[in-house]
Amino acid sequence: TVMAAPMTNDQSWFYALALGVSFLKCLLINAYHSTDFEVHRNWLALTHSLPVSQWYYEATSEWTLDYPPLFAWFEYGLSHIACFFDKEMLVVPNLNYASPATVLFQRLSVIVADVVFFYAVKEYYNGFLFGVLLLSIARHCQNRHFEGAFLFSVLLNLKHIYLYIAPAYGIYLLRCFCFTQSNADGSLQWRSFSVVRLVILGTIVLSTFAVSFGPFIALGQLPQVLSRLFPFKRGLCHAYWAPNIWALYNIADKAFSILGVKFRLLDINKLPKASMTGGLVQEFQHSVLPSVSPLATLVCTLLSILPALFKIWHRPNGARGFLRCLVICALGSFMFGWHVHEKAIMMAILPLSLLAVDSRKDAGIFLMLSVTSHYSLFPLLFTTQELPIKIFLMLLFTIFSLASLKTLFRKGGALLNPLEVTYLLGLIPLELICEFVYPLTVWQKTFPFLPLMLTSVYCALGVTYAFIRLYISLLTCSDTTKKTKMQ
Amino acid sequence: MENWSLFSLCVLLGLTSRWAVSFHSYSGAGKPPMFGDYEAQRHWQEVTYNLPVHEWYFNTTNNDLNYWGLDYPPLTAYHSLVCAYVAKLLNPEWVELHASRGYESHSHKLFMRATVLFTDILIYIPAVLLYCFYFCDGSSKQKVATALCILLYPGLILIDYGHFQYNSVSLGLALWGILGLGLGWDLFGSLAFTLALNYKQMELYHSLPFFCYLLGKCIKQGLIGRGFFQLAKISLTVLVTFALCWMPFLSDPKQPLQVLHRLFPFGRGLFEDKVANTWCSLNVLIKIKTLLSRETQLFLSFALTLLFILPSSLKLLSKPNLWQFKLALVNSSLAFFLFSFQVHEKSILLAAFMLPLLVKDGLLLPYVVTSLAFLFLSLYLLSALERSTEEELRLGLYRKLTRHWLPKLNLSRIIKWKFWFSLVAMAALSFTSVWLEPPAKFPDLFPVLVSILSFLHFLGFIIYFNLVQLMEPQRKKSQKKTN
Repeated sequence: TVMAAPMTNDQSWFYALALGVSFLKCLLINAYHSTDFEVHRNWLALTHSLPVSQWYYEATSEWTLDYPPLFAWFEYGLSHIACFFDKEMLVVPNLNYASPATVLFQRLSVIVADVVFFYAVKEYYNGFLFGVLLLSIARHCQNRHFEGAFLFSVLLNLKHIYLYIAPAYGIYLLRCFCFTQSNADGSLQWRSFSVVRLVILGTIVLSTFAVSFGPFIALGQLPQVLSRLFPFKRGLCHAYWAPNIWALYNIADKAFSILGVKFRLLDINKLPKASMTGGLVQEFQHSVLPSVSPLATLVCTLLSILPALFKIWHRPNGARGFLRCLVICALGSFMFGWHVHEKAIMMAILPLSLLAVDSRKDAGIFLMLSVTSHYSLFPLLFTTQELPIKIFLMLLFTIFSLASLKTLFRKGGALLNPLEVTYLLGLIPLELICEFVYPLTVWQKTFPFLPLMLTSVYCALGVTYAFIRLYISLLTCSDTTKKTKMQ
Repeated sequence: MENWSLFSLCVLLGLTSRWAVSFHSYSGAGKPPMFGDYEAQRHWQEVTYNLPVHEWYFNTTNNDLNYWGLDYPPLTAYHSLVCAYVAKLLNPEWVELHASRGYESHSHKLFMRATVLFTDILIYIPAVLLYCFYFCDGSSKQKVATALCILLYPGLILIDYGHFQYNSVSLGLALWGILGLGLGWDLFGSLAFTLALNYKQMELYHSLPFFCYLLGKCIKQGLIGRGFFQLAKISLTVLVTFALCWMPFLSDPKQPLQVLHRLFPFGRGLFEDKVANTWCSLNVLIKIKTLLSRETQLFLSFALTLLFILPSSLKLLSKPNLWQFKLALVNSSLAFFLFSFQVHEKSILLAAFMLPLLVKDGLLLPYVVTSLAFLFLSLYLLSALERSTEEELRLGLYRKLTRHWLPKLNLSRIIKWKFWFSLVAMAALSFTSVWLEPPAKFPDLFPVLVSILSFLHFLGFIIYFNLVQLMEPQRKKSQKKTN
């Protein structure tokens, strides 16, 4: 016959979905591109035209290189393909250069890189960096631990934001892999420690770092690279507050200062000007509550993830426990970190989505977190042209995940309790007010950042709630009776 | 998954792809002095807002008919008027008389695209959903699949959201008309279709089947008694609707005449540009445009159109059921497209053959993506190729014909091969049209090839569908309406 035998239902669904998403992305090539576009163009240019020793010193553009070296090498590789599209984009002084060919190239490279993502998703069940993360998780779940460790080291060297979840990896691998056996009740068997495995793991990780950082250590540039990677001068919060604890902290501080002035407990002249709601990225002092330093956030983050780490050390629960810990580490760092970008929430959502299909409770938490975080990303796309697209896509995703999870967990009642449903439905009036009603009022001129503040505070509530629920679920989950025997 | 969630996902996908296409360029973007269809629509808002009704269709100092004069029926004009009011609220510069000619800006583009989306959501999409829900056989999954395929139909998306037009209004209204007739609400159906007709005169292509179906139904109910009353009610509905739409133009006998003159420009010739119909293709071999006189051309086109419509219409008249009705719609529109006077290629609304037009508008990328996506989707969702056994393709008739000469033929296989071949030919033509330069002797080579290839396909389709309507008994499963 002319047609080959039809593919199995599941497989063909997956390919159809993958193709559909890619098609949509091709159509959206002309859509709004944020400053990230210029950031990457600049990095393409500087890796292409400058020698390696200059990469972390170059500062013509405000978007200096602040990802680890492996990502720089990745941009360098891409730049050779970029030559064929438009040579002009690779000239460093061409700031904000955005010819159609440039846009096309950037979007295409993203779409192609997504192929990695799709491959990773496929591997787990029978975007480029998440693909690597998922692949790494997949390998761990398939008990191919060396590969998993290697992929994670690669990832860490591509984007150091994954440092957030490194503790989970470290503890898990140490506990489950280097100690080859557990006792019958799941507790640690000290005698089963395997030095060989530790050494191999260590070698893999260290050699990856060596390949990535090597040239810069040889040039003696390590302090400069680190200072670019971890710019603590940037302020507690991003221009738009990520929906984490510090957003709530900021709003509480603001509320107290307003109340304090009203009840004459504070002198209005002594307070710093209300510039924290401004769109600038600088260091600020809080007015009423104590100011927060980078060290404080680090301590808070560590404290928040310590119980989870301890739990998987004490009673690891196989792959599922590892994933749960991963999510909590990511969320904890998001909640308490310094200068967190709201995009970072994606790091927590992706592993959570893997958990969601296996357990009802996780599915509920996943829905809460994913819808809230998607909504919190709305302010990133603020042009009128993108408005229908972001609303359509969000509705698409929400309905799809809700309907699929509902079908999956048909028996056993609703996935979300009434409080959660009310909260999520509350996003609709919030969107209407922030996007449609508020711009028409007088306050748009005097307090232009109020909608952003409202959005981030509202979402912060949802994210905090999900964090607490996840923690409770981790700490109270019963251990599996299966013995976790590692190869 | 539940029905409602599947249907809403379909709608959202359709809406997303529509808006995504709208990011791209439109007809005549940045091309003075005439620009394109986008400017025509904007100009109509300007004209209808600033000038009194009796001047809309006339050539005056304020209204130069040579610069995109109104050539659609009054409902389009009223629609433009409503849009103009909104435009005036947002930015009066968009509809300034004379001064706003060739106005182009990012916000204006957003506004125009938004008007298309709005009418689409209001009229076309609900009609499609209801149609798939009530008139598609098969499981709910199949209904949803059909809805998705219709909603993602590249032709309509590209023309309305890319090139820029409001076809979704007239097609949507016509679809409401079909829905009405299907549900047995004849009056509602006639009303809807009359409105569609008053929006774009192109809907005349569908008018004969509507007429024959309703007339046949009334005759069946007995011309003395119930049938007669039904006929009277329908006629009254149609006449009143027409009167209401044309009311501002009925004061002066010159008005409706002028409007008709604008609607049916017989002065313009047998065809313009490259259309995939008989006359254009014939012109390649015999220069009929210059050989025959205007009157002979008119007569020839009228005669051939009638010839190809008559069998289908008569069959429908004798057997007025839904199945015949749908087939007659297809046959009638194909016949008109192939043989009538002054046909525009948009009348076929088939994406694959609109290549020259779309490339001109800078819409190549959306065209490729949507066509590929649509093709892939139809293949996957409707399992088109798997279901093409002989029975499904109703090739029984062909079999009888060819059994005599070629007994060993496996017809379904031939059809499959022919399908892939057509696909490859279309892809190759698309590719060469974009990337290769035509030889100097034949600068129009590629558009002509495209239109001839399409014409051959359409000719094949009209013969096939006519045969199906006239010969085969009705099947349990009904075919999807394609027009």
